[in-house]
Formats: sequence, C-alpha cells, structure tokens
Amino acid sequence: MADVAVHHEADHGHHSSTGLSNNKLAMWLFLGSECLLFGGLISTYMLYRGRVSNGPHPSAIYDIPFTSVSSFVLLMSSLTMVLAVTSAQRGDDKKTNLWLIVTALLGATFIGGQVYEFTTFYREGLGFTTSLFGSSFYALTGFHGVHVSVGVIFLLSTMGIIKKNRITGNKAEVVELIGLYWHFVDIVWIVIFTLVYLIPA
Amino acid sequence: MSAATEQHTDSHDHGLTDAGYIKIALILAAITALEVSTYYIDFGALFMPLLLGMMVVKFVMVVSYFMHLKFDNKIFSFLFYVGLALALFCYIVALATFKFFIA
Repeated sequence: MADVAVHHEADHGHHSSTGLSNNKLAMWLFLGSECLLFGGLISTYMLYRGRVSNGPHPSAIYDIPFTSVSSFVLLMSSLTMVLAVTSAQRGDDKKTNLWLIVTALLGATFIGGQVYEFTTFYREGLGFTTSLFGSSFYALTGFHGVHVSVGVIFLLSTMGIIKKNRITGNKAEVVELIGLYWHFVDIVWIVIFTLVYLIPA
Repeated sequence: MSAATEQHTDSHDHGLTDAGYIKIALILAAITALEVSTYYIDFGALFMPLLLGMMVVKFVMVVSYFMHLKFDNKIFSFLFYVGLALALFCYIVALATFKFFIA
C-alpha cells in the first residue's frame, strides 16, 4: 500500500494543499510575472517608436510579408507543441519526441528569421544606439528572441531526457510545463506582431 | 476507483482532441491572414479596433485552448490573469503619465 502511495507521488509530482501540482502553480506564477517584463518592454517601445533622430523610420525598414511568415511559423509551432503534450498524456513517447523536434525546428526557423531581420536592419542603418526607436525595438524583439531560444533548448533537452528515460516524475506534466512556456512566448509575439509591426508609428 | 485516480483521469481528460486543436490552429491562421490584410487594405476608422480586437481574440484562444486555461483549475487562470491585469494597469498608467494617449 505504502509502495503504491510512493509510486503515485513519484508519477504525479508534489501537490499543494489545493490538490494542484506545485510545478504547474509555479509555472503559471512565473508566466504572470513575465507579463510585467514584456509589458515594460512593449510600453517602452510604444513611447519611443516615433523618436527617430537618426537612422531609418520604422515604416521604411519593416518587411511585413517576411514578418507575417515568421509569425505564422511561430503560431504553427504552438499547434505542434500542443500535439506533443497530448501525445505525452497518452504515453506515446515516439510521437511526443516527433512533435517536440518539429516544434524546436519551427522555433529555430523563427529565430533564423529574426537574425536575418536584425542583420538587414543593421545594414540599412538601424543600430542599437542609432535612435530611441532602434534601442527599444532591439530590446523588445531581442528579449523575445532570447525567450524563444531558451524554449528551443528546453524542447531539445526534454526530448533528450525522454529518450534516455530519465524523467523520474510525471512525464506528461514535464512536457505540459515546457508547453506552457512555449505558448506564452507565442502569445507575446501575437501582441508584438500587432503593436510593433502592423500599427504604424 | 480511488479519489486520487479520479483526479488523475479528470486532469488528463480535459482539453480538445488533436482534430480540435488543428481546427483552433486553422482559425488562428485565418485571423493572422486577416490581420496582415489590414496592412494592404484601408479599413478607415475600423483599422485600429479591428486589429486590436483580432489580437485579443488570438491571445485568448491560445491561452484558453492551447494553454488549457479553459479546462484547467481556475486558480491557474487567476494567477495568470491577475499578473496580466497588473501589467496592463501599471503600463497604461505609465503611458498615460507620458501623455501617450493624447493625440
């Protein structure tokens, strides 16, 4: 009986007095706090986007078709992530790994697009210190890019530990937590895409 | 079936099927296409509310369905939406201080 209880605890992680997983509670709390970080960066960009003393104006350098494709890629990575979560909940390791690698590839494609965009902007005369617009733009989209990169590392690490069967707790919950982080990165981009790229300065 | 097993089954039965998630993704893709169309088509005075509305719909759909908030315990929704509301309040006040909303 005690063995069953211990096994159950190992399978489903530690739970708080609410009956909810502590890990999941902590992740949601973390995501709530991340709203404050990105809120600050987005507000700063909104204030400074029209402050162009030197260098190109936003409308002169933004490539909307290119960024739209990047946005679509990131949006579709949310679908592949949720499919990884449902596969993990069914206990299908093979499909979980498949969807995790597809999500990581889509994330890497998005990052590749961002590197290309930054390089193009720099060549067109927009450096980090060129204008207040440049500083706030690179700070906001750069921070988001770092979050996506960290997400890709999380995805690949999760895939590795699933393959080596090194997850001691609830495997589905681990994939779900990574999924929550990944979807959060996606919703931040939904806001950035509209407020930064589609609404003219 | 023990209470613990019931709870376990309950937490994993929530959410949509794979086909349901694909439908949500297609709706999100269609909204994104509409958003991009505002860059090429002149919607006049509707431009800003339309764009912000579509942004909010996409945001809520991802949070509700892909992040499972619609199906999960309400405490998770509380933690996230309180953080979001706090951020919105804080930064709207900050932007108002800098007269951002005055044309």
